[in-house]
This record gives sequence, structure tokens and C-alpha cells, in this order.
Amino acid sequence: MASEEGQQHPLSVYFWIWGLLFVLSFFSYMVDYLNFQGNLRWGLILLFMFLKAGFIVAIFMHMKWERLALKIAILGPPVAIIVLIWLMSLEGFYVEETRVEYYGESTFEPESPHH
Amino acid sequence: MSEAVLEPTGTQGVVNDFARDKQVFGVPWGKAMMWIFLLSDTFIFSCFLVGYMSVRLATTDPWPIPSEVFALSFGGEPIPLILIAIMTFILITSSGTMAMAVNMGYRKDRKKTFWLMVATALLGASFVGMQAFEWTKLIVEEGVRPWGNPMGAAQFGSSFFMITGFHGMHVSAGVIYLLIVANRVRNGFYERRGGNYEIVEIAGLYWHFVDLVWVFIFAFFYLW
Repeated sequence: MASEEGQQHPLSVYFWIWGLLFVLSFFSYMVDYLNFQGNLRWGLILLFMFLKAGFIVAIFMHMKWERLALKIAILGPPVAIIVLIWLMSLEGFYVEETRVEYYGESTFEPESPHH
Repeated sequence: MSEAVLEPTGTQGVVNDFARDKQVFGVPWGKAMMWIFLLSDTFIFSCFLVGYMSVRLATTDPWPIPSEVFALSFGGEPIPLILIAIMTFILITSSGTMAMAVNMGYRKDRKKTFWLMVATALLGASFVGMQAFEWTKLIVEEGVRPWGNPMGAAQFGSSFFMITGFHGMHVSAGVIYLLIVANRVRNGFYERRGGNYEIVEIAGLYWHFVDLVWVFIFAFFYLW
């Protein structure tokens, strides 16, 4: 059981993941810099986000080496958030529709930010 | 720990761990508690991000384009999101130095652990500094307020200040936490208590979590 001795792993593992996180962050910045739009943009943002989050939790936070009981207890409950996202997106779309129906389309005139 | 090595893994291991009438997870209690705290924090940040999603969906006004709002010019053309990108890289760098500190802690190399933790804290502090700069620029130059802004939907300001403010507060608390633990590593506090450096890993869990939350904020608030 790794935890009795503490989590000891070769340094090279950390350097690899460290490097990967830099590369993935660079890629996600490039999604914005190269101005990708639509599904390609959202897909890439989510892909890089989940990869980064996964590497941080699995390697840096040592979840990969913990016992299954801890993995289930900690990583299981957040799945419920998917339900919240689903419900609130239904709600969000519905509120927007009712606003358009009762108040009409927005008449807001945006200014562009000044630098 | 020859007994522990023989323990079953997989599903049988889960059943045994939960059914054996003692500490469940086979990790130090401090670590289990930190994980449970982080789980609750996950729900807090999720509620903020989901709240942001629903107000952004519900507004009929155009959403300000983060790429333009957070652009910064160094004399020439404004570079989109450049400060946010630098902040992201700083936080990742600090996560790396923290991972090294944990490793050095288990090797009982007090000096390296101390300096790596100090480096992590300094990177964290510079992150907060840049955030302060970003807030100032947004409030003073762009006129963003929690109740409105000239670029688009009023909800932009309230979501932004709440989410990044709460995250910045976590970073600031983390910097203080890291410095306290680092100081105790340096002055031999843990050495006198049996040379146990698990606390470095526990502090590290918190720090990596702060970085983890930033990954989601960066994706959903700044890039989306």
C-alpha cells in the first residue's frame, strides 16, 4: 500500500506531466489565438480542459495510485453535477425564450473595449 | 506492512475497505479530510460555473467577447488574452514546483522541500498580483461593474468578479497555508514529530486543486 510509505514516485513522471500541461495549455490558448469558431472551438476547449484536469488529478494529486474505495468516494459524487448542468441549461434557454417573447430582442449597443 | 500488500484490490478491495470496521481509505486521516473538503469545494465552484452558464444562456444582450476584453497591448497591437495565458502558465509552473516539493518531502530533504514550497508560494502570490492588475484594468479602464458594463450583458461583471474573486481568495489562502507549512518544514517542527512529511502532500493537494479550478475557469469563462 503506497500510502503507508507516502506517495513516492520517480521525478521523471512529474516532469513529463509538467511538460504535457504546458503543451496542452499552449494548445488551448492557440484555440483562441487562431480564432477557431463553433463546434471545433468548443470541442477543442473541452478536450484540452479534460486532459489537463485528468493529468492533474491522476498524477499530481496521486489519485492514480490510491485505492479504488477513495477514487469512488471522491470522483463519484461530482458526476451529479452533470444533472445540474442539464437542468440549468434547459432553464437558461427557456428564460431567454420568454424574455424575447415578452420584452423583444435586445436593443443593446455594445461598445468595443478600449486598450 | 506485509499484511497490507496481500490486501485485495478492485471491487473486492472496495467492499473490504468499506466493511472492515476501521479507517476506510487506508490513507492518513488528514489526507482523507482534505479530499473531502476539496470535494465540497468542487461543488461550490461547480455551482458558480453553472450559475454563470445559466445567466449567459438567459440574457438576450450580447455577451462581451473575452478575447477582446482581456486583450493587452504592449505598445503595439493588443494581444488577445495574453495576461490570462501568462497567469495560466504561472499556475502550472507552481503546480510543478509543488509536486517536486511533495516528492522531496517524502525523501526527507527538508532544505529542498522548503525552497520549493517558497517558490510555489511566490508564484501563487504573483498570480494574485496579476489578478489584481486585471481587476483594476477592468474596473477603471473598461468600466466593468457587477451590475453592468459598456460591452454587453450586465451578467458578465457579476459572474466574472464572483468566480475569479473566489478563486483568487483560494490562491491567497493557499499562499498563506504553504508558507506556514514551509516554515515548519524548515524549523524542524515535523522532524520532532517523527519526521512525517505527509502534510506537504496534503498542502499540495489543496494547491493542485486551485490549479484544477483554474483549468475550468480558463476554459469556460475566458475561452468559451
